[in-house]
Amino acid sequence: MADDEIILEDLSDDELVQQMHDDLYDGLKEEIEDATNILLKRGWVPYDILTQALVEGMRIVGVDFRDGILFVPEVLLSANAMKAGMFILRPLLAATGAPKQGKMVIGTVKGDIHDIGKNLVGMMMEGAGFDVIDLGINNPVENYLDAIEREKPDILGMSALLTTTMPYMKVVIDTMKEKGMRDDYVILVGGAPLNEEFGKAVGADAYCRDAAVAVETAKEFMKRKHNLLAGA
Amino acid sequence: MLVTDQVDVEERFSAMERAKTEKVHVIGCGAIAREILAVCRANKLSHIDLTCLPAIWHNTPDKITPGIKTAIDKARAEGFERIFVAYADCGTGGLLDKLCEEEKVERIAGPHCFSFFAGNAAFEAGWDEDFTSFFLTDFLARQFEAFVIEPLGLDRHPELRDMYFGHYKKLVYLSQVEDEKLQEKARKAAETLGLTYEYRFTGYGDLTPALLHA
Repeated sequence: MADDEIILEDLSDDELVQQMHDDLYDGLKEEIEDATNILLKRGWVPYDILTQALVEGMRIVGVDFRDGILFVPEVLLSANAMKAGMFILRPLLAATGAPKQGKMVIGTVKGDIHDIGKNLVGMMMEGAGFDVIDLGINNPVENYLDAIEREKPDILGMSALLTTTMPYMKVVIDTMKEKGMRDDYVILVGGAPLNEEFGKAVGADAYCRDAAVAVETAKEFMKRKHNLLAGA
Repeated sequence: MLVTDQVDVEERFSAMERAKTEKVHVIGCGAIAREILAVCRANKLSHIDLTCLPAIWHNTPDKITPGIKTAIDKARAEGFERIFVAYADCGTGGLLDKLCEEEKVERIAGPHCFSFFAGNAAFEAGWDEDFTSFFLTDFLARQFEAFVIEPLGLDRHPELRDMYFGHYKKLVYLSQVEDEKLQEKARKAAETLGLTYEYRFTGYGDLTPALLHA
């Protein structure tokens, strides 16, 4: 055994959470699984493990991605590690009635098969306490409408990676307008070739440049909705 | 310096300036530099003066529009009046079009080089079949490691392959020139990515008319 090898079991709670941030940053899936199980054994509430260890760790990853310190491959490894932790926590979170922020339906638009960004957003939203209904890739307008009808979400998220497919977001939003249901939902859009101007042009409520921004924007809209309901 | 020397220098400088106003300054993507030069040679477009920007911006489209703006400003400062942008939209999400409109310059029509090499109309017509295809051009076949494998971290983390390419069905090599070695590289690239391989010879497609009318 190397002298500098870290024994997760030997760390205090604070040290272990700090170590989980480091391990998420380094994309160490097995270490995240082990540490999650250790915290559970120590009596931690699943929601606290999720927020303090996993979400906070991914927040740090997100900041360094935004600042150009980390790149897509590293973020994907981190995401895989977080996913492994989430896999352990998900059933426990449901059983312990962790607080819910709201519900989101999310999918990549028709003609587009890219889902890395969408998956990151879905995972971070779930980590932030949203119920996420993922429609996957290549979604025609009917898929979004059916899911909205079925799931009654607060938020609709659409993603596209291609210049040729991003205009389809307008098709979806215009259809929602025609049906008189546009204003019942917060619509967030994202994807590499998009920008704020495009988001406004297609009639979305906001363009989100990355997963961290998507989470913050979604929370902000949910807060506004809550205030509106409270004031009604 | 003698007065006659001064006159000589001024005359020569003036001749250079005249040449610049008659030339078309093409600001092109480095990933199609070879093809632009080939089209210019084949069509004797000696009035084209080419500047290329880093090909690796293919992977970071947010750098393209500001980079082209800088290149346009530089070319104007150097005295070029006619400027043409040898880029498609290239993932700029309309920002490049906005710049071209503001600067009153034109670009190659189409969403990306795959499209204009294949011919924009044909590419669009085939999209329903092709949206699950990953495309290579001659440049990308040649630079597959540097432009695909390394930036995606697949050299260090091959386990990420299916996260990137899991939804793709085939790799389509759109070739500009017939080259057995490149075809072999493209075939191997398809194998590396776990995709079936398809070869289509496109030639230079819409690049030729774009440069002829620049």
